Amino acid sequence: MSHRPQTPLTAGLPGPWTAIAVVVALALYPLAMHAAGQDFYISLGSRVLIMALAASALNLALGYGGMISLGHAAFLGVGGYAVAVLAQHGVLAAGLALPVAVIAAAVAAFLIGAVSLRTRGVYFIMITLAFAQVFYYLAISLPRFGGDDGLPLAARSQIPGLALAGDLTFYYFVLFTVGLAFVLLYRLAASRFGRALVAVRENERRMAAIGYPVYRLRLVAFTLSGGLAGLAGALLANLNTGVTPHLLTWHQSGILIVMVILGGAGYFWGGLIGAALFLVLEEVISDHTEHWNLFLGLLLLFIVLAAPDGVMSLRQRLGALLDRKKVAPARETAP
Amino acid sequence: MTHIVLETDRLTKRFGGLAATDECSLEVVAGEIHALIGPNGAGKTTLLAQLAGELRPDSGRILFEGRDITRLPVHRRVAAGIARSFQITTLFPKFTVRENLALAVQARTGHSFDGFGVVADESDLDDGAEETAAQVGLSDVLDTVVGALSHGRQRQLELGMALACRPRLLLLDEPMAGTDPEEAQAMGRLILALRPALTCILVEHDMDVVFRLADRISVLVAGRVIATGPAETIRTDPQVIAAYLGAEPIASTESIR
Repeated sequence: MSHRPQTPLTAGLPGPWTAIAVVVALALYPLAMHAAGQDFYISLGSRVLIMALAASALNLALGYGGMISLGHAAFLGVGGYAVAVLAQHGVLAAGLALPVAVIAAAVAAFLIGAVSLRTRGVYFIMITLAFAQVFYYLAISLPRFGGDDGLPLAARSQIPGLALAGDLTFYYFVLFTVGLAFVLLYRLAASRFGRALVAVRENERRMAAIGYPVYRLRLVAFTLSGGLAGLAGALLANLNTGVTPHLLTWHQSGILIVMVILGGAGYFWGGLIGAALFLVLEEVISDHTEHWNLFLGLLLLFIVLAAPDGVMSLRQRLGALLDRKKVAPARETAP
Repeated sequence: MTHIVLETDRLTKRFGGLAATDECSLEVVAGEIHALIGPNGAGKTTLLAQLAGELRPDSGRILFEGRDITRLPVHRRVAAGIARSFQITTLFPKFTVRENLALAVQARTGHSFDGFGVVADESDLDDGAEETAAQVGLSDVLDTVVGALSHGRQRQLELGMALACRPRLLLLDEPMAGTDPEEAQAMGRLILALRPALTCILVEHDMDVVFRLADRISVLVAGRVIATGPAETIRTDPQVIAAYLGAEPIASTESIR
């Protein structure tokens, strides 16, 4: 494989050792925090993992599929509200609540996608935003959904034999769930489906001309993306023991896009890196100043200027730079 | 008797008040290279887009191997056996030649909604890609990124992408566009070698190329076919000369032959 150049079809897919290293690091993280007496950072870790899933779900649509959705908060919200509404009706079993949340969000994504994917470019951005706003206003105007206050969760979802109330247990539950979702995302990205999706992003007309049902490919990807975002929403509702309409705001959709672009759209780890960078920076800066938004903004601006294709693209760019340095002296010595 | 592969029946497409295709009726015979010629704006590209399925005609029918395909979307027509090449090179410039061709092979062999098998070890895609690359003379650059290839070689791949779909009818939109004389010669040999296994519809501006390659020619003027026949007939057809060829181009093609 080494003689074949990296292209958008192969770039950004992790090797097995990277994946193992990431899993080990994430598994050790809460133990290290606990040992250091910084238990607060365990729940920050859970938040990072959950938002990493949400951002990676968006990355499937935005990065791999080239569908710039400004409405992914809707799927996050549908997943979260599904868990909260079920809990209100006495359904607390995670084994039921999480799948229902995923399916509800996937159905919402399918319906929104079926309409939105008939448009392109700015129109697609605006129509996904409009749909998400509909969900937002639905949530704040219906008393059954708690209006502006949202819905509190009396307790976290239940798994027989496991107490999710503790932050440490909950972290590992999140790590396990998000890990499974990442395995699914990896298989998708590396499969025939993933290749076709990237190729549609690169050249839609040619893809149709060689026999691909472009619309259907995009719709399937968008639906899967929405379903996974719904899973993130369900976990988030558990983390916060409740949902508020804030989960559904377009601000939330915007943050997801920022995370994806920051980490690297179309790179497998893009969502994880973007979410981690964003949330940790936010945490650290807000510890020091009230005006953390300003500093976070400046820092993000700097990162995006330094790595326009996201942090994950730096490796390739550095590689290309080193290659050029190696080639340059050779050229000088040539007669 | 000759077997008719493709037939259009009073096909019409209007853009506002302009009829780009005006009750156009055309018959393409199995195994022939059928050239479409005509002045700029005669509707050649519009007709080709309707045959490929990118544009919906306003009225009329398209029959492929006796089956009505007028309403079939592009990808279903590819599956039925019609593939096209583009006048403006339409490839995946960031992908390698192998990856470009493998995508076309993948479309034909199915499983594109298989989200679980990892592609890296799928040798059937590779084999298909290598076979087509050999056919169009790109075996030496299989692992080169397409954007780094010369224009002439990209045109070869443009043809290869259509061939990798294993069509029975090939729609070629100015395959020599922008190539130098040597590359055009090579492309001409490639296209001639496709006969008779494949039927081709060839849109081309260069009359030398058309008279050299085509078995039959249809002349399109203002969205209508005004004449169809072998090169000899078309060359001397008074209607065609008046509408399109004029006197001089004939002389020049005569000297080439």
